Parts: sequence; C-alpha cells; structure tokens
Amino acid sequence: MWIYEKSLERPVKISRPDPAFAKLVITQYGGPDGELSASLRYLNQRYSMPTDKAKALLTDIGTEELAHMEMIAALVYKLIEGADPKDMEAAGWGGQYAQHNHGLFWTDANGVPWSAKYIACLGDPITDLAENMAAEQKARTTYEHLIDLTDDPCVKDTLRFLWQREVVHFQRFGECLNDVQEHMSKMNTWCGYEMRK
Amino acid sequence: MNCEKQMSMLKKIQEMQFVAVELNLYLDTHPCDVEAINDFNCAVQMLEKRKKAYQDEFGPLLNFGFGGYSKEPWQWAMGPWPWEM
Repeated sequence: MWIYEKSLERPVKISRPDPAFAKLVITQYGGPDGELSASLRYLNQRYSMPTDKAKALLTDIGTEELAHMEMIAALVYKLIEGADPKDMEAAGWGGQYAQHNHGLFWTDANGVPWSAKYIACLGDPITDLAENMAAEQKARTTYEHLIDLTDDPCVKDTLRFLWQREVVHFQRFGECLNDVQEHMSKMNTWCGYEMRK
Repeated sequence: MNCEKQMSMLKKIQEMQFVAVELNLYLDTHPCDVEAINDFNCAVQMLEKRKKAYQDEFGPLLNFGFGGYSKEPWQWAMGPWPWEM
C-alpha cells in the first residue's frame, strides 16, 4: 500500500513563469530518463530480487522517485501558471495548449509520449541493478543539461537537489549490486543459471 | 489560515524527513551500522514531534487514517496542496 503525504519532499520555487523551460523540463516527468520511468522501473523490479536488502532498496528508491515526479509536476505547474494561449505558443508549446491546455501530460522535451519501453526488467538481478545504475547516470546527465538551459536560480536550486539525489541513488545501487553478487556467488549461481545441485 | 506559519512548520518537517530518507537508503545497504541506526531513530523522534505539532494545527499530513484525527470540516480536503505552496 502507498500513503500520500500532503507535502513535497522539498519546496519547489520559481522566480517567474517560464513556459519555454516547462516544455524542456517536462522530460523529467514523462521522458525516458524521467522520474515516472525511474519509479516504475524500480518498484517493478522488486518481484525478481533475491535479497531482502535489494527489495528494501528498490521499494525505498522507487518511492522517493514518486516524490521527485511530484516535484517536477509542481515545477511545471508553476512555470506555466497564468500563461495564456499566446504565451504558450510564443514559448513553442502551442501543441501542449491545443491538446492539454494547462493539464500535465507524460512526454519528453520533444513531445514524444511516455512509453513502457523506457522500463527495463530482465528478471536477472545483476542485469537489472546494472540497468538502474545506468539509469541514474542518464538522469544525472539530463539534469545537468536542464541546469544549463535555465537562468532562474530557484529552478536551478530544485534541479540541483534532484541531480544530487541521482548521485546518491547510483551509489546505493552500486552497493546493492555488490551485495547481490556476493549472495549469488554463495548460492553457486551465475546470471540465473544454477551451477550445482 | 496562517500560510506563512504553515509553510515554515512544513519546512521543518521536510528538513527532518530528508535526514530520515537519506539514512533509510544508507541503512538499506549498511544494515549493521549502529551509529546510523541511532541517528535514524533520533530523526524519527524529531520528525514525529514536528509532524504532531503541524497536524494538530493544519490537519492530517497523511491520508487514510495515517495522519491522525480530523477537525470539522474534513481537513484533508482543504488546500493548499503541495504544488500550490
């Protein structure tokens, strides 16, 4: 079960509305390396993890990613607050207005809709944890690109927090991968193959 | 509603919650670090205190009964919502 907490993980502030940047940062909502993809990837992989530690870590990081998804949603909400159709069009986001108005939609920065193809789950714990480490690096890189694309210090501050969380998650997944490898070597298994018994 | 007070009380919760989140993830991969478990338990104690004070004034932070009692009218359905703050 999940319980909703009526609070963001960290306050999200902006200096001024900026629909053009909303169009770019939406990729961390519904893009390949965005927070929805991350959350679903980790929560979904729990069912094929061999250790309690791995199940705990995927539960907790998957849950934190949901909170990050909400921070990105709050950021987009604020960046387009009060923007009229002309503002949206001038920002290059007329298509968003035509189809969704101020409603959020799961796309990347190029308008490509979210896809389950962004989620990997091979059912092999080593493969899947390595996938997650790569995913954290891809998200980190995307945040660096986004930080380059805004001049708003408040927006940069939010993006830096999320950037830093990707670094921590990468570290924790690495520790978890080592632990799972050790566990599997004790079971005389390798890549899902039972080598003995 | 005293929005400034609500924001500052919520910020105190967010700060302590971040400590708990970070220690929780660390402990998932370092389950025998006694010092970190003590730190985690301290954070939980502080967090509970701050959450209680907030919820007594502004209503439940958590839905489905996890956030304690409601005054009248039903406080859960009152704004501001997190993305509006």
